[in-house]
Amino acid sequence: MKKKLVMIGNGMAGVSFVEQLLKLNPHRYDITIIGAEPHPNYNRIMLSSVLAGDANMQDIVLNDWDWYRDNNILLHAGQTAESIDTAKQLVKTDKGITVEYDELVIASGSLPFMLPLPGADKEGVIAFRDIKDCETMIEASKNYRKAVVIGGGLLGLEAARGLVNLNMEVSVVHIFNFLMERQLDPTASKLLQKELESQGMNFLLEKQSDSIIGKKRVAGLKFKDGTHVDADLIVMAVGIKPNVQLAKDCGIEVNRGIVVNDYLQTSIPNIHAVGECAEHRGIAYGLVAPLYEQGAILAKKLAGVESDGYQGSVVSTKLKVSGVNVFSAGRFTDEPGTKALRVQDDLEGVYKKVVFENGKVVGAVLFGDTSDSSRLFSVIRSGEDFSGREKEVLFGPSGGGQTVSTADLVSNMSGDEIVCGCNGVTKDTIIEAITEKGCVSVGEIKACTKASGGCGGCKPLVEAILTTTLGVDNVAAVKEGICGCTAHSRDEVVEAIQRMRLTTTKEVMHVLEWNNPEGCSKCRPALNYYLGMAFPEEHEDELESRFVNERNHANIQKDGTFSVVPRIYGGVTTPEDLKKIATVAEKYKVPLVKITGGQRIDLLGVKKEDLPGMWKDLDMPSGYAYGKALRTVKTCVGSTFCRFGTQDSIKMGIDMEKKFERLNTPHKVKLAVSGCPRNCAEATIKDLGVVAIDGGWEIYVAGNGGTRVRAADLLTKVKTEEEVLEWTGAYLQYYRETANWNERTSEWSLRIGLDTVKKALESKEDRDALNSRIDKTLGLMKDPWQQIVESDDLRKAFDALTAPTSPEAAATGETTGL
Amino acid sequence: MNEVIVGHISEFPERRGRVFRLGELELALFKLSDGEVKAVENLCPHKNGKLSEGMVCDHHVYCPLHDWKIDLHDGLVQAPDEGCVRTFPITVDASGNVVLTIGAPAETKVS
Ligand SMILES: Cc1cc2nc3c(=O)[nH]c(=O)nc-3n(C[C@H](O)[C@H](O)[C@H](O)COP(=O)(O)OP(=O)(O)OC[C@H]3O[C@@H](n4cnc5c(N)ncnc54)[C@H](O)[C@@H]3O)c2cc1C
Ligand code: SF4
Ligand code: SF4
Ligand code: FES
Repeated sequence: MKKKLVMIGNGMAGVSFVEQLLKLNPHRYDITIIGAEPHPNYNRIMLSSVLAGDANMQDIVLNDWDWYRDNNILLHAGQTAESIDTAKQLVKTDKGITVEYDELVIASGSLPFMLPLPGADKEGVIAFRDIKDCETMIEASKNYRKAVVIGGGLLGLEAARGLVNLNMEVSVVHIFNFLMERQLDPTASKLLQKELESQGMNFLLEKQSDSIIGKKRVAGLKFKDGTHVDADLIVMAVGIKPNVQLAKDCGIEVNRGIVVNDYLQTSIPNIHAVGECAEHRGIAYGLVAPLYEQGAILAKKLAGVESDGYQGSVVSTKLKVSGVNVFSAGRFTDEPGTKALRVQDDLEGVYKKVVFENGKVVGAVLFGDTSDSSRLFSVIRSGEDFSGREKEVLFGPSGGGQTVSTADLVSNMSGDEIVCGCNGVTKDTIIEAITEKGCVSVGEIKACTKASGGCGGCKPLVEAILTTTLGVDNVAAVKEGICGCTAHSRDEVVEAIQRMRLTTTKEVMHVLEWNNPEGCSKCRPALNYYLGMAFPEEHEDELESRFVNERNHANIQKDGTFSVVPRIYGGVTTPEDLKKIATVAEKYKVPLVKITGGQRIDLLGVKKEDLPGMWKDLDMPSGYAYGKALRTVKTCVGSTFCRFGTQDSIKMGIDMEKKFERLNTPHKVKLAVSGCPRNCAEATIKDLGVVAIDGGWEIYVAGNGGTRVRAADLLTKVKTEEEVLEWTGAYLQYYRETANWNERTSEWSLRIGLDTVKKALESKEDRDALNSRIDKTLGLMKDPWQQIVESDDLRKAFDALTAPTSPEAAATGETTGL
Repeated sequence: MNEVIVGHISEFPERRGRVFRLGELELALFKLSDGEVKAVENLCPHKNGKLSEGMVCDHHVYCPLHDWKIDLHDGLVQAPDEGCVRTFPITVDASGNVVLTIGAPAETKVS
């Protein structure tokens, strides 16, 4: 007979405990879970992301219904446990079910603390705790404008951010004069406030709430000082209290939470408590990492595995508000006997504070730059003594450069220490994923264990564990492997293509023994590009290996429609062309016409079926706004009109665009030409930018205005327009031949070094050779829009299949429901 | 049960999607490299991406919007993502017609 294990509460701590138990001893118990919420187990932490629009409800389910079924767990969802008969070992629910137990685990979490204000029972006054609250807020934002959040702590700010994203006017009411007082010191807090104000939040600090006004629904909030604020929705986020009533009623010892010992046992035999409802050594934790640690200990206990018991946790917090980096851990306030090391950089908006006691790091606060967070957190937990060399913690041994090595930190971590707090993944689990399941990148570890899949705060630590486990060399080598289908690096693949004259992706995969027969969405486009680069004449472009944008020669948009961008050389157009574009836009009812960042016209919201027709009517070349190819050449007015212009930047830009249009490249490529050093075309954040100077041109390379902004480096100065084209051609071809697929010039040049690039282009001979290869490729390019317009076969692929004919329907005269 | 001729096999380029509309239902059809034709609802469970525009690798399609990977045999989203797309039985008859079998109307959302 299996023993009966019953758990009350289907939340994060409880289910994580069950998962651990199943791993240790899957057959020991018949498990029943009683959960008040009508959902399977979900990631409560991510509710903030759901509210902010970064995740869906279904994204946050941790264990779906199937999981309970597959593990033979009986789940009574939507039922509340109402009483426990500790003598007969029975639990009763509100729906009248009685469940017997041999071992009982209470994991009832906590309840949001609701301020007992007059009027708090009005419609529109809620907490932020579960899916229902989240839905209420999303719903309210559709009909109402003004939201007030009471509480300027972690939860309140995350709620406020979500409501801002839902287009509500949000005021945050806080009783203290600075935000997140439990996690931040006043300096960091003020920086945070400033940042959040710039994101659109309004703060009412040092305000004591008095009463909630309104008839049936809330209309406003009155303060003790007589002032008031209008509100259609009030979210109370002022704290939580352990949910202990049930335990109390049946005589279990309760303080603030349910009192448990190091093995999570309560005062009554066979009854345990874990999670936010439990109080261990006087502390009731309100964050998942410690709760998972408790769950792991309880799992060992109930699986019959020995352990040292739970020793309490040091906690760290991170605010999940996009655009704000805040981290705090341990004891970070200045107390007698502590010393703090502070760095404050107002220019960069960075603040760091590390608190020492007897030479050991006991706490830290970071704002603006949280890259040190996992390292600091490890130092706090390891208890390493830094007496006399405290500064090394922030500045490294020599007062700069490398601080305490991450390898040491990782090796000091114990195996069952939680690395990813969001998903409760321990160091051992990650190491197992690396050594036994063959994960070789953070991405694979995430896919395999979920580590770093929540807030992402632990990513540096996961990376460090990966490097220390595999050794730096192996990680680097594997990282080069172009995707999960092969261990071969880009260079090996390209070398094989060239040496064996491979001309199709199929051949490459076959010869190099790909472990997926047809590759994946990462390697297929890469191989197609490498083949075309190596053998522009022999290789037949494989449409089925191109991303949708390049296959349809238009940009796919989130609703499945496309956007069309005709080429406008150098950003110069004519009244005739503008008229033509306008007529076509009208004819096809284009819902949005927009000027792009690259000086062109974007026709958005076009149905796929309409694309060939539009291209025909436009009768202009494709702008390649969709491709890994030359995009635009942005220009300024230059000497043609501008009073400062020293050279004709317009002509230079048009010449460049005409010469290099349609060129396939490893990633998109943007060029620009400015007529003088005032640089109005912003040429120094382009993949290649040209700036005219008196009597010549400067050529800048490897700039980027995208996700990682980077100013370009000066490659060379030349005198004539021909030389600009010569250097540009050589540079682009060198990039085409040596970059990884999907690597922008900025990353590429950092990887191989600017000096390598300069050297490769130094001699005229080398430049000519590169140019002759790029010219060959350019000579083969045709305009894709034109080609499709001219070919029936190609055009047909844009139409949907329709006019269904059914043998039966024909006989009965029935149509298929159309 | 209803059988519908969707088109001729020659109209299906290998490993490329085609769209087929039936009332409100939109399907994505793919000819795999082994010649088999697969049909799924043209709606990614993530954010409604049009699977017909995705890249096909053996019997999987990658959604064009955020690269979820979906098994065309059973419609299951592959780990680490989760979800499921409706699949529809397809046969190719002797003369090369691609035939779709549609269940009872109630099941297929076709009014
Ligand atoms: C919006 C939000 C954001 C958060 N962000 C973070 C974060 O970034 N980092 C972090 O570490 N933590 C965060 N937390 C806190 C974290 O979610 C909790 O610490 C954690 O979920 C607690 O786990 P638990 O299992 O103890 O309780 P819960 O997950 O709350 O589970 C308890 C469950 O028990 C059920 N229950 C209660 N009583 C009964 C009963 N009598 N019968 C049946 N069922 C019952 C409840 O309905 C509930 O589903 C956040 C919390 C919220 C609300
Ligand atoms: S970059 Fe110089 S030439 Fe060009 S528009 Fe600006 S000021 Fe005039
Ligand atoms: S930045 Fe680029 S990808 Fe992002 S929304 Fe704008 S156009 Fe789209
Ligand atoms: S919509 Fe398909 S992956 Fe996002």
